[in-house]
Amino acid sequence: MSLHQLSLAQLTQGLASKQFSSQELTEHYLARIQRHDDKINSFITVTPELALAQAKAADEQIASGQASALTGIPIAHKDIFCTDGVKTSCGSKMLDNFIAPYESTVTQQCQQAGLVALGKVNMDEFAMGSSNESSFYGPAKNPWNLEHVPGGSSGGSAAAIAAGLAPLATGTDTGGSIRQPAAFCGISGIKPTYGRCSRFGMIAFASSLDQAGPMARSAEDLALLLNAMSGFDEKDSTSLNEPAPDFTAQLNQSLKGLRIGLPKPFFDERLNPTMGDVIAKAKDELEKLGATCVEVDLPHVRLSVQCYYIIAPAEASSNLSRFDGVRYGYRCDNPYDLQDLYFRSRSEGFGDEVKRRILIGTYALSAGFFDAYYVQAQKVRQLIRQDYLAAFEQCDIILGPTTPEPAYKLGEKSGDPVSMYLGDIYTLSANLAGLPAASIPCGFTEGLPVGLQLIAPYKQEAKLLNVAHQYQSVTDWHQQVAPGFEE
Amino acid sequence: MVMLPVLFNAKNAMSIDSNELKQIATLARLGLDEASIPQLTERMNEILAMADQLQDVDVSDIQPMAHPLEFTQRLREDQVNAAIDREKLQTTAQATHEGLYLVPKVID
Repeated sequence: MSLHQLSLAQLTQGLASKQFSSQELTEHYLARIQRHDDKINSFITVTPELALAQAKAADEQIASGQASALTGIPIAHKDIFCTDGVKTSCGSKMLDNFIAPYESTVTQQCQQAGLVALGKVNMDEFAMGSSNESSFYGPAKNPWNLEHVPGGSSGGSAAAIAAGLAPLATGTDTGGSIRQPAAFCGISGIKPTYGRCSRFGMIAFASSLDQAGPMARSAEDLALLLNAMSGFDEKDSTSLNEPAPDFTAQLNQSLKGLRIGLPKPFFDERLNPTMGDVIAKAKDELEKLGATCVEVDLPHVRLSVQCYYIIAPAEASSNLSRFDGVRYGYRCDNPYDLQDLYFRSRSEGFGDEVKRRILIGTYALSAGFFDAYYVQAQKVRQLIRQDYLAAFEQCDIILGPTTPEPAYKLGEKSGDPVSMYLGDIYTLSANLAGLPAASIPCGFTEGLPVGLQLIAPYKQEAKLLNVAHQYQSVTDWHQQVAPGFEE
Repeated sequence: MVMLPVLFNAKNAMSIDSNELKQIATLARLGLDEASIPQLTERMNEILAMADQLQDVDVSDIQPMAHPLEFTQRLREDQVNAAIDREKLQTTAQATHEGLYLVPKVID
């Protein structure tokens, strides 16, 4: 098997037993990026010199016997994480010239774990999008079918892993931005509990929803990367103030007696029927492993899209007010006064979807509408959270599809925001409630991957990864390789 | 995907017209291309019509959600921490002078 098809555990084993060095492994991935990335446009910035320097340091660490489980393994970072001295664009013209002057906590933790950063990957502008088409750098493409979207906003992360251009990637998930592209590209991804990974240095979209997480081929790999990425950070005011557990500890537990909840609103008329069949088979597989299923109702989850598309734009309009052309980012040419500088820098620097969300958010927060929109949405959000708390009295984990349909064609929905937003119906509620949720590959329809979504109670990422790993121990969907990217 | 008619609840739909859109854009410090205004108004109204379904939910006695785990804001000691070097921080600005950010003249 080629290097890029090995699991993380196999790579670590190979490094430890000197079958290959981190420098060789890194060169292998850099060569693959050069050979294949023209087709999928997953990288915005590749940093070969930095990567090889980090790989050399990793090799020295391995030789001295001080390696961690991740030392010397390459990773791609979503271009939303500030990386000291490296361009951090957030997929926007606004930050096309931005060389971050400091390091985000998550990428710093990755560095400390010995991971080798290959570069920065593509994303929807400011993480606002579900198809990667709002990126200033053009959309990343789905390795399974180059005419289809890779999903978003962490589309570059998902496409890079699916094409074997990186074994691991970081992502962020505000409304499904890790899980949906993972589903579309046939890889695994987990959005941890809100607060589990630090938001410091992660460019803010909607602060009460934003959460970083790992993306990889398997649940086992996710657990190893999440161990490095999580933990309390005093630089993040909403960081979960407790030590993170070892997320690999429960991987091998039996699923006997596991109660799986099937929420009615996840199996509604919007679910593509052939996708429904694939999800049902995945559920059967878990039952064979000893799980039992129970139907649960999450009555207010049906309003997730409506709730999210008030709260997220409201917070975004506030967060993005910092881009004013003064301290960082794009500045228009020859402003004739300060107002002109603000207006034109923002108008020329932001793309259409970002502007639309800033406008919606500004309206929702304006005097006279604040109670009707924002406060009302936060109350409905509370009801969604309570629905989940009630459901988890009947079950240990919730199962459903990640998306209502497989990856659609590039351009198919780009002119129709509401239709695009409706594609997020199954992922949004986990963000609104702040719950950990994962997507793992469970089959194909129309030649495109299908994602199985699993949602766990607060702080039970280890349980989530246990279920995902047990499923992956008896299936091989996560080991499928996109045609054209085998070599 | 087929757009479901239930999304548009004309009964209580709040909507904006092009003048209100311009006003919102001014508040957000966004200049709008005149030609894009009709379509943008339409798109905004589609999104607002969708959001209007929230009005039908009974939320009496429900507190707005502030944090998933009901945490309150953490406080820290008021002491000086390591900060990023000002010079380095200002490398990201288009125009600075002796530690200050330069903008067009505000007062003549």
